[in-house]
Amino acid sequence: MAEVVAAVPQRVAKRPRLRGITALLGTVPFFAYVTIFLIIPTLVVVLGAFAGNEGGVSLDSVKALGNSYILDAFGRSIALSAISALVGAVLGALLAYALVTAKPDGVLRRVVTAAAGVLAQFGGVTLAFAFLATIGLSGFVTVWLQDTFSINLYENGVWLFELPGLTLVYTYFQIPLMVIVFLPALDGIRPQWREATESLGGTTWQYWTRVAGPLLAPAFLGSALLLFANSFSAYATAAALVSQGSPLVPLQIRGALTSEVLLGQQNVGKAMALGMVVVVSVVMTLYTLLQKRTSKWLG
Amino acid sequence: MAGVIARRARKQRVFRWTVLTVLGVFFVLPLIAMVEFSTRDSTTWPALVDWPELSERYPALAEGITSSLSQAALTALLMLFLLVPTAVWVRLRLPRLRRVIEFLCLLPLTIPAIVLVVGLAPVYAWVTYFFGGSSLTLVFAYTILVLPYAYRAIDAGLSAIDVRTLAEAARSLGAGWGTVMWRVVLPNIRSAVLSAAFLTVALVLGEFTIASLLNRTNLQVAINFLGKSSATMSVAVSLTALLLAFVLLLLLSLLGGRRRSATAVAPAAPAAPAASVASKEPAA
Repeated sequence: MAEVVAAVPQRVAKRPRLRGITALLGTVPFFAYVTIFLIIPTLVVVLGAFAGNEGGVSLDSVKALGNSYILDAFGRSIALSAISALVGAVLGALLAYALVTAKPDGVLRRVVTAAAGVLAQFGGVTLAFAFLATIGLSGFVTVWLQDTFSINLYENGVWLFELPGLTLVYTYFQIPLMVIVFLPALDGIRPQWREATESLGGTTWQYWTRVAGPLLAPAFLGSALLLFANSFSAYATAAALVSQGSPLVPLQIRGALTSEVLLGQQNVGKAMALGMVVVVSVVMTLYTLLQKRTSKWLG
Repeated sequence: MAGVIARRARKQRVFRWTVLTVLGVFFVLPLIAMVEFSTRDSTTWPALVDWPELSERYPALAEGITSSLSQAALTALLMLFLLVPTAVWVRLRLPRLRRVIEFLCLLPLTIPAIVLVVGLAPVYAWVTYFFGGSSLTLVFAYTILVLPYAYRAIDAGLSAIDVRTLAEAARSLGAGWGTVMWRVVLPNIRSAVLSAAFLTVALVLGEFTIASLLNRTNLQVAINFLGKSSATMSVAVSLTALLLAFVLLLLLSLLGGRRRSATAVAPAAPAAPAASVASKEPAA
């Protein structure tokens, strides 16, 4: 039998290999395109971060990440992303739970999910202008509060263009994103588990802390990490709101790209970009691991 | 027991409506504010619907609108030409390459647009050398940007049909590869192709990062620029762009919903546009 098997492929061996090569030709356009516009740019960032200003390998640019203004930018970026992810995750989870308690195929759930899908996309310049129209210096809410209750939103300075304002604006797309990614996990919770808890004499508190809470923990943590990566890599909203200074890493990179670059600092922008990729990759890897656990428990 | 359940249902209802009202106000308020803000100057909206007037008063904005629309159309075309034949071909002839293609297509998700710009700057020096500095050259970068979402939509569409059997049947009846692609596979994944195209258009219309940092123009760059001189107009255009994206994505979710109910066998059928957009940087 073994001989027969060995003999048959031998006769046609040449043709499949040839066909394999011609088959590969069909993917050439795709690979060529992706190489030019994705692989090369990625390599430019990664290699550029380790390149000396006159060529050769050098760690100067990566070491420049230790400068206090860059470290501060990373710190602020991480703080902004963490807070907006946390607020978005908690409020988004509450909203998702409110949807789960509604009728599964009801109008309410369908409308809110569709709206969340759209609003999670809503970002960038448009979102910045929406908030300028709302709580900008002459915004709708600012003026209304001033006229009706004589409350001045900006008594202690204009915070809209700083971290607190950015956090508020980011929450606007974080909550809908949380609803989208957390809803499937909540749908995985079975009513039988609650019934089982009750028939064993458990209270609502015990059900949430001992049964549903631990089961949902990986999903919640994973979704929060996704939200973190989402706001960490956001640029347009911040760019449109913040016009003075560069408090965040993406804005620092903008500075490195657009302004006259200091001599000997040509590759610092690439090093910062690499730093962003590292942070996002770590977060996304954790997200993938937690996602696997979620689908095992609640799939 | 019935009493407990009724009490819990009532509690849940109260909780549900509290959450929905509070968050509803938070989400609707900016939209109302945009309407109020953009109607403060009564000439804003009439100017926006009157194209000749608009291009005369705000030439940069008119240019941004036309370039964004052409960018969206061209990106959708390029994406389809690049992705659909490759995805079908790999499924039919090179199943082992599927993982590689998937990895490459999803890679842009872990590379923030701002990082991609840093790497694209030298590449675009060449693009400018070959194609000039037109804003339409952004289509190359945008095709990479939309790859993850488009790939997931098309891959879901292909998973829902038996590509191999369809192709073999067509081939055994004497069809060439072109016919297989164009007249057999494509009509079967029509709605997946449509959702990929819709997502592409929505993403391209909202793109700002790459356009602004590569010194090219599009709608968002124009809005941002306009914000410095005419706040009312820029809010009005923002609202219009937002409504447009709203309509596009709602159509998309309706499309997804219909498809799911039509083909109940397709488990991976678009888990709503929402899910495929999930891990996206908001219209960066």
